[in-house]
Amino acid sequence: MHGRVKVKSTAQQEEEKRKEREKKLKIYIAARDGCFTKRKEGVFDDEALQLTQQLLSSNPDFATLWNYRREILMHLETVKEVDEVQKIYEAELLFLESCLKVNPKSYGSWHHRSWVSARLPRPDWARELSLCDRCLSLDDRNFHCWDYRRMVVKMFNVPVDQELKFTDRLIGSNFSNYSSWHYRSTLLPLLHTTASELPPMQAESPKSNRVCEEQLLKEYELVQNAFFTDPNDQSAWFYYRWLLGRELEEMISCLHVSREEEQVAVVFSRPVNVQSGCLLLVLDGQPHAVEWKSIHPRFKHSPVWICNLPPGTISEISNEHNLTVHWTEKHSRKDCTLFTGHAESWCQDSATDQELFRSELSVEKNSVLQSELQSVQQLQELEPLNKWCLLTLILLMRALDPLSYEKEMLAHFQTLKEVDSMRSAYYSDLCSKFMIENTILKMEYAEVRVFSVSDKNLSTLCHLDQLVLVTHINLSCNQLLCLPPQFAMLRCLEVLEADNNSIGNLEGLYHLPKLEAVILKDNKIATLADLEPLTSCPRLKRLDLRGNPVTQLANVESELAKLLPSVLDLLL
Amino acid sequence: MAAEDLPSEFDVVILGTGLVESVVAAACSRVGQRVLHLDRRSYYAANWASFTFNGLLSWIQQQQDDTQPEETQDWCDLLEEGEELIQLSSQSSIRNLQVFTYTSKEDEVEEASADSVNTTEEEQHGPASQDDDSNQENLENHENQEENKENQVNHENQEENKENQVNQENQEENQENHENQEVNHESQEATITEGAEPEAEQPQSPAIPSQSEPSRKKISFAQLEKEGRRFNIDLVSKLMYSRGSLVELLIKSNVSRYAEFKKVSRILTYRNGEVEQVPCTRADVFASRQLSVVEKRKLMRFLTSCIEEKDDQSAYNGRPYLEFLRDQKLGENLQHFLLYSIAMVTEDTPTEVGLASTRNFLRCLGRYGNTPFLFPLYGLGEIPQCFCRMCAVFGGIYCLRHSLRCLLLDTATNRCKAVIDSRGQRISCSHVLLEENYVHERKNVATPPRFLSRAVLITDSSLHGSDSEQEVSMVTIPPITEGAPAVKMVELSSSTMTCMSGTYLVHLNCSSVSSAYQDLSPLITTMFSTPESHDQGRPSVLWCLYFNMEDGSAMEVEGHDLPSNVYVCSGPDGELGHEHAITQAELIFHKILPEEDFCPPAPNPEDILYDGGSAPSSGPEEEPSLQLEV
Repeated sequence: MHGRVKVKSTAQQEEEKRKEREKKLKIYIAARDGCFTKRKEGVFDDEALQLTQQLLSSNPDFATLWNYRREILMHLETVKEVDEVQKIYEAELLFLESCLKVNPKSYGSWHHRSWVSARLPRPDWARELSLCDRCLSLDDRNFHCWDYRRMVVKMFNVPVDQELKFTDRLIGSNFSNYSSWHYRSTLLPLLHTTASELPPMQAESPKSNRVCEEQLLKEYELVQNAFFTDPNDQSAWFYYRWLLGRELEEMISCLHVSREEEQVAVVFSRPVNVQSGCLLLVLDGQPHAVEWKSIHPRFKHSPVWICNLPPGTISEISNEHNLTVHWTEKHSRKDCTLFTGHAESWCQDSATDQELFRSELSVEKNSVLQSELQSVQQLQELEPLNKWCLLTLILLMRALDPLSYEKEMLAHFQTLKEVDSMRSAYYSDLCSKFMIENTILKMEYAEVRVFSVSDKNLSTLCHLDQLVLVTHINLSCNQLLCLPPQFAMLRCLEVLEADNNSIGNLEGLYHLPKLEAVILKDNKIATLADLEPLTSCPRLKRLDLRGNPVTQLANVESELAKLLPSVLDLLL
Repeated sequence: MAAEDLPSEFDVVILGTGLVESVVAAACSRVGQRVLHLDRRSYYAANWASFTFNGLLSWIQQQQDDTQPEETQDWCDLLEEGEELIQLSSQSSIRNLQVFTYTSKEDEVEEASADSVNTTEEEQHGPASQDDDSNQENLENHENQEENKENQVNHENQEENKENQVNQENQEENQENHENQEVNHESQEATITEGAEPEAEQPQSPAIPSQSEPSRKKISFAQLEKEGRRFNIDLVSKLMYSRGSLVELLIKSNVSRYAEFKKVSRILTYRNGEVEQVPCTRADVFASRQLSVVEKRKLMRFLTSCIEEKDDQSAYNGRPYLEFLRDQKLGENLQHFLLYSIAMVTEDTPTEVGLASTRNFLRCLGRYGNTPFLFPLYGLGEIPQCFCRMCAVFGGIYCLRHSLRCLLLDTATNRCKAVIDSRGQRISCSHVLLEENYVHERKNVATPPRFLSRAVLITDSSLHGSDSEQEVSMVTIPPITEGAPAVKMVELSSSTMTCMSGTYLVHLNCSSVSSAYQDLSPLITTMFSTPESHDQGRPSVLWCLYFNMEDGSAMEVEGHDLPSNVYVCSGPDGELGHEHAITQAELIFHKILPEEDFCPPAPNPEDILYDGGSAPSSGPEEEPSLQLEV
């Protein structure tokens, strides 16, 4: 073949490249060593600035050199005029831009930039903001840039509405971006105040985190556009959950006092750690220093805390006592009177009044929720197998009316487990939670202390803090694997029925003062050690272990008699 | 390159610098063939060329003057034993050229009403043609035009505004002096235009000053001429599909290093008398205000299932795509977008074709931008030139204003042995490529040529306003009346380096039903503001050009009673992309060199080993595979 262009062979090219690399490496090492020597000698001159610049522009992730550079710059600050310093730092910003082009996600460069920006005598925040915008337009998920931008926005006092427009723009160009949606969720509560005087970004977050109604409706529309366009994108669904959600009020929700045990139990709306002395107990007008314990040694944070009163304080049945517990931190308190002749007393906020289980979703007006439900149902008709849609549908139904939608909810959970089998256990747990919530509501309507959820496919137990006053519990015919430590919250429990489960662990039957009967027919209790927690329940008299592997052990009867001497009625 | 001492032997001689010819030239040169590439014109890219505004005016002029009689010289003394002569002559493939200027000749004084000084000029002429009859016609044409000028002078005398009159006359002189431009008046509209229908139904008085313009100052014709260099006006109207064969070829061959590209930023459509943006990406659909959330879901679902090719649609094969879309319960809005703007087909296109083009559109989305298209900075005329440059880098020889007179046929083998160029030099060669204009007279008379109707507008604003003034828009326009052609329109902003700032360059293209003016002017009148249109608030047309160009899509590469080693390269086709040209170039290349790789990547200049004097000249170039202007 004639006339062809001859091209260097791969070997030749490789060789050239290798030599090139070697040369570069030599220069690099020389410069690096030069820098190190200078730093050791404490030299802070322009040459050092030059050298570090050379090195950092080819490798912006060299933290030591950035540190050295900062030392030099701080030294220069002390010897130069303000105008000169301004110039030096401006040059530094330009240099940093070139570094960011090499690696837009360099920790060193971004950190140095915020350091320089903070020290610049006359910072140009508008320029920094536009740099961030440019950077985010190239990669809208660069979290370094997001971080830096937050700093700039704070320093520049950018108004909230302007920032909201910024998220509009970002979400408009790509709505699959958690950062943008999340940023929006931090901005909306700030918009709550009147439009005339929008607070700058650094303002303290307002007391109420509610978003104003009008804005909310706009947000619903925006997010619906996103999940109708792409129902498989999670970011929009999560934002929707946030929109519909509300924050739980922190307070004492229940106080229970038992004369016989001389014990007080306090229930909080969420797990807390009260050991730091933030809980004040006042008995008949006298503050008492008591020791608060969580219900199980495993928990540092717990929604239920108990304390023992000094022996004899309330044991006399003919005395009436007034008890108050103050949660000083949150300005929440609960009072309760133990009347003459009563063995116990309590004060509880009902879950129904509080709409407690709607806490997953907000207390939006029913009409708004209803119309949201309709649009999600519309989407569900188009995309019957979309898991996000199904899940959101369930949540909306629960927010509207947990009891009357129970059947539909169960059907949707069934579909969810089929279309998203990888998460079927998650859905089972979630469904269990909702079934327990429904049972609690039913129990409250019935005004009883009996909690019965048999045959509901429960895979887990939750909301046990709501069951502090329950005396009888029936968990038969479910898929429970254990009685978790939280079970110890059932301070008043007398009878436990849990036939036909797969329970192999009784960890939660811990120091239950009133527990008398434990029915555990057909479960998975295999060893005597599994029964060990029962030894902490002083009143246990009846134990049914029929159909458990443990009954097959040799000498089980005598061993059990040794282990649980109080049990008189033992069924094996 | 001086033409006197061309080498007397080449492997491939190519006449015409259109896209097909240029790609084959680059491909051959790249694998070591000696290529001679000629064009009788003074510019590159033939009917694919771009011109500055003034360049275009001269081109219009040339089209008119292109009547120089073929000097029939006897080349028999160059013939050898067993050889036969095949004379070559070219014929223009441009018809029905008409020009309208809707802006004032000179800068106006602020308060002057724009229309009082508007003139409409129109140029019409028959194409250069080989037979005596049409020469006659041409002469008549000239006579008519002389008359017209007189008319115009009279007309001007009636004008009350003396200043304007002077301006106009000055302008007239300018034109006469510099461009020798014939100016027809609207009353003479019906002068002879070959290939066009009788034009009785054309509007008779397009220049009636009927509106008072808003105070916005119009760009004058003088300004257009002054800023003429800012324009790069393409003869063809095409876009590059991001995953089309042209883009792939540019990347594969490294020819892309010679050009820069701009993303087409949006797809528009014309519907119910309004210009709307077509949502075609996820972000567009999300942000769209025309679509309900349910429509959004349906559209996204349709597009996703389309690209995944999950469902079997063979049941619809042969049935119209529109019927298929209807059966998907997509609703009017979505059907329109999908049919006209995304698939860019017509109501009776079969489903399988519609689906294929929908998929092609979707595959091209998102590679570079939010639409499937790219546009080369400085116009499409850059592309053939890039390939020519590649050819030259690998030793190809280029001569413009240089043509071939005849082919020398070896009667024994039915192969072309040599060619005789326009300077009478005999050049031996193994293969010859001709642009299609040279084989017109050999065309099968049974299939009359098909034509494209083209219009080029310079307007003062965009059809669809947005935050940015630098949008590059593809506009799909379904037939506005029954039987009318579907029109593809491209609106270029000055960011594409094809028009002066403050103006937009609008290309319209469709398959001809009749003359370009008849096909396109009704649409232009409704979508834009011209002296004929009634609506205000639309972009004003400052200047516009209509012409028909032969549709190259039907041209066969071989045959035409030509020797077996002579290939014909077709001119531009009516499709939006470049598939036809690139496929044809590859086909021709493989006919010439069946064993060779088509446009393998060009090596980096620093990797090329030079020995002796045959070093190809190429500057140091190191650029990414495709340069996008953001």
